[in-house]
Amino acid sequence: MTKAAEAARAAVEREDGGTLRRYYHQMLLLRRFEERVSEMYVKAKIGGYCHLNLGEEASIVGLMDALTPDDYIFTNYREHGYILARGVEPGPIMAELFGKETGVSGGRGGSMHLFDAKAHFMGGYAIVGGQVPLAVGAAYALKYQGKPGVVVAQMGDATTNIGAFYESLNLAKLWKLPILFFIVNNGYGMGTSVEHGSSEPNLSKKGGAFRIHGERIDGTNVLAVRDAVRRLRQKAEEEGEPAILDVTSFRFRGHSVIDADRYRDADAVRRGRETFDPVRKFAAILRDTGIVEDAFLKETAELVDRMVQDAIDFANNSPEPKFEDMYTHMYATPVPNTPDAQDAIRAVKINRGE
Amino acid sequence: MPIITYRQALNNTLGEELARDENVLLMGEEIGLFQGSYRITEGLLETFGPRRVVDTPIAEEGFVGLAIGAAMLGLRPVVEIMTINFVLVAIDQVVNHASKIHYMFGGQVRVPLVIRTPSGGTGQLGATHSQSFENWFAYCPGLKVVAPATPYDAKGLLRAAIRDDDPVIFIESLALYDTKGEVPDNDDYVVPIGLAEVKRPGTDVTVISYSRMTAVALQVAQRLEQEGISVEVVDLRSLRPLDRPTIIRSVKKTNRAVVIAEDWYSYGMTAEIAATIQEEAFDDLDAPVQRVAGLEVPLPYAKDLSAISKPSANSLIHAIRTVLEGKR
Repeated sequence: MTKAAEAARAAVEREDGGTLRRYYHQMLLLRRFEERVSEMYVKAKIGGYCHLNLGEEASIVGLMDALTPDDYIFTNYREHGYILARGVEPGPIMAELFGKETGVSGGRGGSMHLFDAKAHFMGGYAIVGGQVPLAVGAAYALKYQGKPGVVVAQMGDATTNIGAFYESLNLAKLWKLPILFFIVNNGYGMGTSVEHGSSEPNLSKKGGAFRIHGERIDGTNVLAVRDAVRRLRQKAEEEGEPAILDVTSFRFRGHSVIDADRYRDADAVRRGRETFDPVRKFAAILRDTGIVEDAFLKETAELVDRMVQDAIDFANNSPEPKFEDMYTHMYATPVPNTPDAQDAIRAVKINRGE
Repeated sequence: MPIITYRQALNNTLGEELARDENVLLMGEEIGLFQGSYRITEGLLETFGPRRVVDTPIAEEGFVGLAIGAAMLGLRPVVEIMTINFVLVAIDQVVNHASKIHYMFGGQVRVPLVIRTPSGGTGQLGATHSQSFENWFAYCPGLKVVAPATPYDAKGLLRAAIRDDDPVIFIESLALYDTKGEVPDNDDYVVPIGLAEVKRPGTDVTVISYSRMTAVALQVAQRLEQEGISVEVVDLRSLRPLDRPTIIRSVKKTNRAVVIAEDWYSYGMTAEIAATIQEEAFDDLDAPVQRVAGLEVPLPYAKDLSAISKPSANSLIHAIRTVLEGKR
């Protein structure tokens, strides 16, 4: 056993069994949710682009368990797992992917634009880097209003090559904002590897010019992620000290569901999935340490499968958004000379040749 | 009624709104210690302190995005962008984020943000500092775009913009900052977003304009009155939403229309207005709609070249005479 594996095992043995079982349940829920989403995509129940969190379950569950209800989360477009782990019901999340009225964004957002105000889940954003200044702004508002909590700006590794990231780092440190930059480093930005895209492949160092502390964390180890987030979160909240977390994991599949992943060596991908599978690793360690038995793993799998099936049924049985609501939510403050439900209905008739 | 400048109207309104609502704050480059590049925020840092009047580094994308995120949590940031040309480095945040967040997330969150910025050119500022991009923003559903022409409207629309829960692009003009007009004291009026105004009634021809070009149109109308030509001036005030009914009402009355804007001719603001008129008042037109806009060049620096690149009172008069040809 490697030193890291020994340390991981020791950490598990120190942890409360109930907590560990909860983490396993959540990680498996994320896994099965995404596997079924992939299936639904192939069945054309889900449209557009669809990016899965497969292989990232430990980093997501670890992050979310370290946060408090006061905290806010802004993510990129690969965010199904984050909103699930934040505690939002799987049904409305699946319904959003299906483009239904009951979806978390009312069917207006889709896979890349999930949102839940009550959960402080402030959205998935599909322009690389776009969410980062927004998250800094949320942290600014917390500080301005003297409220507790921190903000997490989740992003992919390739986001660290865009300008908005650096402007955000500068403002966060300059104004001492309670924010964590959580980089999901799965080694690839679409088909471009970290080494091909970043002159500094150690992403934890990319805050150096801004005097922002950074750490690389094993994103396949749920406890390591949780503990690092807890520690850095506290510094961010109490001292206004932002931090970068370079959280490594292995991307199980192509960039999105439709990406055949031809640019990666197939053997290496197979090996990577075996070596870095956080769910399987976690199940093995729980069993080896005697914390759970096979019966628990089996029951959890059945429970999770049912939850995901219920979510699919909910999405299937939900209505589409109504045509006359086309312009609903266009503006929060109504103003004259904007189109209304009548205009929407007229457009529908013309468009459909009725 | 007191007569004040457009600049004073803006400055007073910012101060009043800061005093009225703790969640209002100003952000931008050089707005505090420096007192504002065009002195719109003069004295406000002294009165309200650095928490409410925030000097930012030169990082438009960063601080515009920050303001949007802060607005999502309930602050009401009023961001100054030194000139509209610099909004381009923040355009992803404005177009892909501010304009979509309320709708795309099913109405769960609001973005009560104002971006104030002067558009257009004056005084040989050259190709990169003289552009008009309000049509870029007016193109985007989800944004509101206003462009007041007078101190009265500047005050009323800025109030409306700050109190509005949607992102508002507030277009100013360097050439208007020193213009004067009547603005009531101790009157909490707002000018509603989305409504145009007939600034001067007339019977022979309608001129449709906004911002500085409304000032030009009013001067021209006065001049032509001496020749017996009666010009009606429709000041758009809001570019999105666009008050099409007011435009159409006026054109149906005068049967002739000239549209003037400072931006480039092709694909510009004047094209949208002209298209609206032909769609909704074609049978009422006695002559083709005339458009007056900027010459399609990167604005040259040389004084005379620069001056003729932008529409003038004379170019408007030329268009009015063209549209009136054959009228008795």
